[in-house]
Amino acid sequence: MSKSNPTDRLYSKDHEWVKDNGDGTAAVGITDYAQEMLTDIVFVELPPIGKKVAKGEPMAVVESVKSVSDVFAPVGGEVIDVNKILEETPELINQDAFHEGWIARLKLSNAEDLKPLLNAAAYDALIKEEKH
Amino acid sequence: MKKTPLYEKHVDLKAKIIDFGGWAMPVQYTNVIEEHKTTRESATLFDICHMGEIEVKGPQALDLLQFALTRDLAGQKTGQVKLSALLNDRGGIIDDLTVYKMSEDFYMLVTNATTRESDFLRVQSILQEKKFDCRMEDVSNKTGKLDLQGPRSEDILQKLTPADLKGIRFYHFIESQVAGLQAIISRSGYTGEDGFEIYASADHIGLIWDQLMETGAVSGLKPAGLGARDTLRLESGMMLNGQDMCEAVSPLAVPYGWLVDWNKDFAGKSALMTLKNQGLRKKLIGFEMTGRGIARHHYKVTKGDREIGVVTSGTYAPTLNKAIGLAFVVIEFAVPDTEVSIHIRDALSPAKVVKLPFYKRQK
Repeated sequence: MSKSNPTDRLYSKDHEWVKDNGDGTAAVGITDYAQEMLTDIVFVELPPIGKKVAKGEPMAVVESVKSVSDVFAPVGGEVIDVNKILEETPELINQDAFHEGWIARLKLSNAEDLKPLLNAAAYDALIKEEKH
Repeated sequence: MKKTPLYEKHVDLKAKIIDFGGWAMPVQYTNVIEEHKTTRESATLFDICHMGEIEVKGPQALDLLQFALTRDLAGQKTGQVKLSALLNDRGGIIDDLTVYKMSEDFYMLVTNATTRESDFLRVQSILQEKKFDCRMEDVSNKTGKLDLQGPRSEDILQKLTPADLKGIRFYHFIESQVAGLQAIISRSGYTGEDGFEIYASADHIGLIWDQLMETGAVSGLKPAGLGARDTLRLESGMMLNGQDMCEAVSPLAVPYGWLVDWNKDFAGKSALMTLKNQGLRKKLIGFEMTGRGIARHHYKVTKGDREIGVVTSGTYAPTLNKAIGLAFVVIEFAVPDTEVSIHIRDALSPAKVVKLPFYKRQK
């Protein structure tokens, strides 16, 4: 039932995705696999614009009926935009985690942060392993 | 982890399994919101085999329970269910349990899963001390329990039983058959909806589950897990033992004062009387979030810069589409409409005290 992982972006082991816009900024969200694990998302706490986050630091919070989960910054940077629509319709992440359900846009502090991230094929392999 | 007789069915249904007090239980089959709404709108079936059943039999069964439990059971009729509290010597709640009067000298106690042993030991020690002429048996392992909950429960169950379900009033039960198998059918539950708790032999409970699922399919019956059970009970203002209360909490501090009958003697009464005379410091209240965020278990409650309490249960309420919870707060703030704040991560979010229940079904 999971949607396939787009090849135009990179993935963290914590199930976040990063789409490098090629202009020093990147969009960040959680993967379809992550939303499927969380199920019914009912609340999203977005970071304030201008906040500087280090790679691996909690950046946002997603809550389902039963759980509270941190979203870790897959890359370091400054928050330059957030998906405000999620405050009213958090279920957008369930419906379209890779596009409409994006969480924030970051101005990258270090392009090197992208290097250790997984490509779609490697991420496919990771979740296949987790499912077993 | 312990498994109920229905465990394999949950796995086949691809349920998400969690550890609930040492039991491998389904928390959800599809998602909590869907299962919650199905319960309110049609019907759902819950595996509740993990709960405890204790039989008390003998000429002085009533005498034992009258002394062990806070509720006056003298007027209880055969076929009637009564909710009661079992206290320790300090007046704290060991468990909230239901008492089924099977006949004049035969009762069944239905306990929470996590307190089954402590309930048994407590009542047994009273039995030994007072030397009542009766005996107790923990029949949990050979007893299965299903909760069929929701407005269509009666229609579904009626197709599988010769019992006249319309004749069973709320908090009453009969001994009959379901799918041709011996069962106790009780009109009760933990969701705030109409519905039934069905008890049968652990060997038969799987067959009854299958028959109900098959017969109920046309009425929209779906299985539901502990996730929906928790949001349903919380919306209906019902507490969960071990979370909203514990052995350090008296029934007076939670909305269980009505379970205490002061006109009889019972274990824990003198301590409870002392607590009553001292006056309460804190009380359990319901609240709803007026600001953003969802309150969760253990979050702090503040008023101005003063910490006044702690959240015991908190969730997003699917039927009400808002965030609600229960909290222990200092008594002076335990008044409906009082504005308070909930400490959510590093921020304060406004909430207000409200009357329980949050949700009440239309009858």
